[in-house]
Amino acid sequence: MNEVASGDRLTPKDYASDQEIRWCPGCGDYAIVTAVQRTLADLAVARDKTVFVSGIGCASRFPYYMATYGFHTIHGRAPAIATGIKLTNPELDVWVISGDGDALSIGGNHLLHVLRRNLDIQFLLFNNEIYGLTKGQYSPTSRSGTRSPSTPTGSIDRPVAPASFALGAGARFLARAVDTQRNHLCDVLKRAHAHRGASFVEIFQNCIVYNDDVFAGFTHKDVADDAQIRVEHGKPLIFGKERNRGLRLAQGRMAFEVATLGEGEGDILVHDETDRVLALMLAELAPPAFPMALGVLYCDPAESFDAALAAQMEHAKAEAPDADVNALLRQGHTWRV
Amino acid sequence: MEKAATRGSDGEVGGRRELETVVVRFAGDSGDGIQLTGGQFTQVTALAGNDLTTFPDFPAEIRAPTGTTYGISTFQINFGGRRIMTAGDRPDVLVALNPAALKVNLADLAPGDQIITDAGAYTERNLRKAGYGANPLEDGSLKKYRVIPIEISKLTLEAVKPVGISQKDGLRCKNLWTLGLIYWLYDRDRQPTIEWLHRKFEGRPELAEANVAALNAGHAYGETVELEGEVKGFAVRQAQIEPGLYRNVTGGEALSWGLVAGAELAGLKLFLGSYPITPASTLLHLLARLKHFGVVTFQAEDEMAAICAAIGASYAGGIGVTSSSGPGIALKAEALGLAISAELPLVVVNTQRAGPSTGLPTKTEQSDLFQAVFGRNADSPLAVIAARSPADCFEVGVEAIRIATRHMTPVMVLSDGYIANASEPWLIPDVGDFAFEPPKFHTEPDGFQPYLRDPDNLARVWAIPGTPGIEHRVGGIEKDHDTGNISYDPANHQRMTDVRAEKVARIADDLPLQTPEIGEASGRMAVVGWGSTFGAIGRAVINLRAEGYEVSQIHLRHIWPLPRNLGELLAGFDSVLVAEMNTGQLKMLLRGQFLVPAEGLNKVTGQPFKISEIEFAVRTRLEKEDERSRVR
Repeated sequence: MNEVASGDRLTPKDYASDQEIRWCPGCGDYAIVTAVQRTLADLAVARDKTVFVSGIGCASRFPYYMATYGFHTIHGRAPAIATGIKLTNPELDVWVISGDGDALSIGGNHLLHVLRRNLDIQFLLFNNEIYGLTKGQYSPTSRSGTRSPSTPTGSIDRPVAPASFALGAGARFLARAVDTQRNHLCDVLKRAHAHRGASFVEIFQNCIVYNDDVFAGFTHKDVADDAQIRVEHGKPLIFGKERNRGLRLAQGRMAFEVATLGEGEGDILVHDETDRVLALMLAELAPPAFPMALGVLYCDPAESFDAALAAQMEHAKAEAPDADVNALLRQGHTWRV
Repeated sequence: MEKAATRGSDGEVGGRRELETVVVRFAGDSGDGIQLTGGQFTQVTALAGNDLTTFPDFPAEIRAPTGTTYGISTFQINFGGRRIMTAGDRPDVLVALNPAALKVNLADLAPGDQIITDAGAYTERNLRKAGYGANPLEDGSLKKYRVIPIEISKLTLEAVKPVGISQKDGLRCKNLWTLGLIYWLYDRDRQPTIEWLHRKFEGRPELAEANVAALNAGHAYGETVELEGEVKGFAVRQAQIEPGLYRNVTGGEALSWGLVAGAELAGLKLFLGSYPITPASTLLHLLARLKHFGVVTFQAEDEMAAICAAIGASYAGGIGVTSSSGPGIALKAEALGLAISAELPLVVVNTQRAGPSTGLPTKTEQSDLFQAVFGRNADSPLAVIAARSPADCFEVGVEAIRIATRHMTPVMVLSDGYIANASEPWLIPDVGDFAFEPPKFHTEPDGFQPYLRDPDNLARVWAIPGTPGIEHRVGGIEKDHDTGNISYDPANHQRMTDVRAEKVARIADDLPLQTPEIGEASGRMAVVGWGSTFGAIGRAVINLRAEGYEVSQIHLRHIWPLPRNLGELLAGFDSVLVAEMNTGQLKMLLRGQFLVPAEGLNKVTGQPFKISEIEFAVRTRLEKEDERSRVR
């Protein structure tokens, strides 16, 4: 049902299904689906071995627009469905697409456990800090005071920080990107894909209808350079339009401070993506006092859940190579009449 | 015995009085090894050639304080020289290892029943913990029973003394001493238990020796001491049993093996997603040990994740199974709707317990029938089948996978706490004898649509990820009947709803027509049941027919869809009595489907039906009808 373009190499278009996209015009999701299609083409992944699994919400429509296998499931449960898929056929390349309500409200428990188990999937969180599909209620990532149909006088609960949550849950890979920064997003997606284990990617996604410009404080082109820091493993934590500002540890405190280069740049920290404490400190940075940290904040691979299961299964089969159901029924105490 | 009216013959065999059937109940503290004792007695009784059924009943508390009434664990076995269909209405012999065990079980005894109890356990402290003001062994309150008080603790310690173990370890052998006495009483062979003890205590030979000494001492006590009430021991003759290789099996074991066998026959990887819940966790424990059969078990974070992982497994080309009890099944309901909409095979096991809410987690009930058939939002049909006994769970496991894969539908399997824990001898089948057409995955890209259907049974194709050329998307949104794409078209939704219902209805085309288990296909009354009431109804109907009543037993395995001819069959009876452990769910289903004036016999005490209760209900109804017709 999906025509393959001539030639060996698939183009981003070959990863797009024939379905008309039904997100609102101007939605950040368009940029993300395009970036994912380009990433898959760059990686030349096999469409038949790729599965996109989603829950419910605007973001969860995503699988319908991909020319791979796709399963649009129920609210919050995509990580659990993905677990069954991956454990049954570990050859499949499984992506979970979720939004902030899907992943952190109704599905918070499943996200926690899929991360701690370190199932080998890519988990893309489209964070727009609002419920879109149900028409604009505040979400678990909405900032305090958010006015919405369900909080006309402003929300009074404090938001969950997805990146800190992921680290707390035991994620071994944490990255962040912005929907419209396509090249950077593609680079982050490639890193996530290469990581064996649960790769958690928070994508700041603009909801043009219900929460427009909520991330403008660090994504608007006028401020982006000074309000973002793109971290890279082994490179100093430098940012700013002039690339002249950096992060260093404040003296005598476990906290960052912004330093200007030329005024003691020797103290600027070098990013170590295997350092979980550093990752947590980066994840907690927030504008305007600090830049928003983007890129691969943390990557420290460990054995994935599916690999550990496969090892146990292989061991069990090696111990009992002639497993036979009839023999199973007859083991233990039997008698003949 | 199963019922006083049919109590066995009074002949003598080798100086022992012959009995047709006997019910023995062992009762003691959770820590007294009651279940192990019962298990050993079961094994040697099977070896002695008797038919049997057992019923273990244990407290919800993990380690209740010793000597308390709520910490009592019991094990009941009914065995005899004829077909045994239940664990027995009430015990003929109660073995009570302490006053609390006596107190809890006394109400189930009839005058003249035998009580064997450890006289040494009736200390002031134990009597107080059991709530006795005075010692029942001394105050005359037990005079209508045949009580045999024995200093079991003291005699056990004497028996194990030569082995030289601690007093604490020594006292733990008192269950084996008691078992030795019961072996003597019913002329059982001690050797299998002696061998089992040596295996069990392989690393600690002194404990094996002590337990064997206790077993032998109990047996010798019976032989040499004149028991009060001139008890000389009994003989129970062998039952007429179909020849073959047998084993004893619990419902939990049979179901786990049935699922493994079904998956193997289907050529599919078995995947169990489960979250612990009483009394359903056994299935998770048993399947977790079968990795060498390629069985994947996944202990999920909650009930929703458990079923969703199973759905994911089926989507990926395995056979997903999820298992729980009523409250957990409630949590799975939304995901069941997804499996129905995506038309994926799935097996959902509900080991029912008494409810609502937490209810009585360790007690049995059949009150989830409506939940199974209807318990989802919208028109969401799926198949429902029920196991009738522990051994029947094997066939039910195979059947569930057969229906799920052949018809691309979730199948709900109804078991219950009684079936899961009870055990019975099982004529071990050959898995190769099962007729089973393995499912085929769709691989042909030409003309592929995800909702292509088998024109006969309307099952959709099973097209799994990893297959080149048929990449597609499915989900819970309504799909176009032809393309499988999202569709909000009104006429299409009507059509898809009709197709989903018809697909499940057509499962009945594959099912055998319903026939009575016992009796004719028409008559004065059909006693209809499902699930674990099978044995009690069956024995009651046999007894009633022996008394001349025109009664038949109809027992359903297939709850949804119902067998094609069921309405017609029921219409052939003057009256239909539906006996079930709920407030009338199958009754209402049968009334709704067939407009039959079915009546209910209902019980929700957390305990299985007694045969006598069913007999009484049938007799009362038929006699009332007789009276009415005389008046007319």
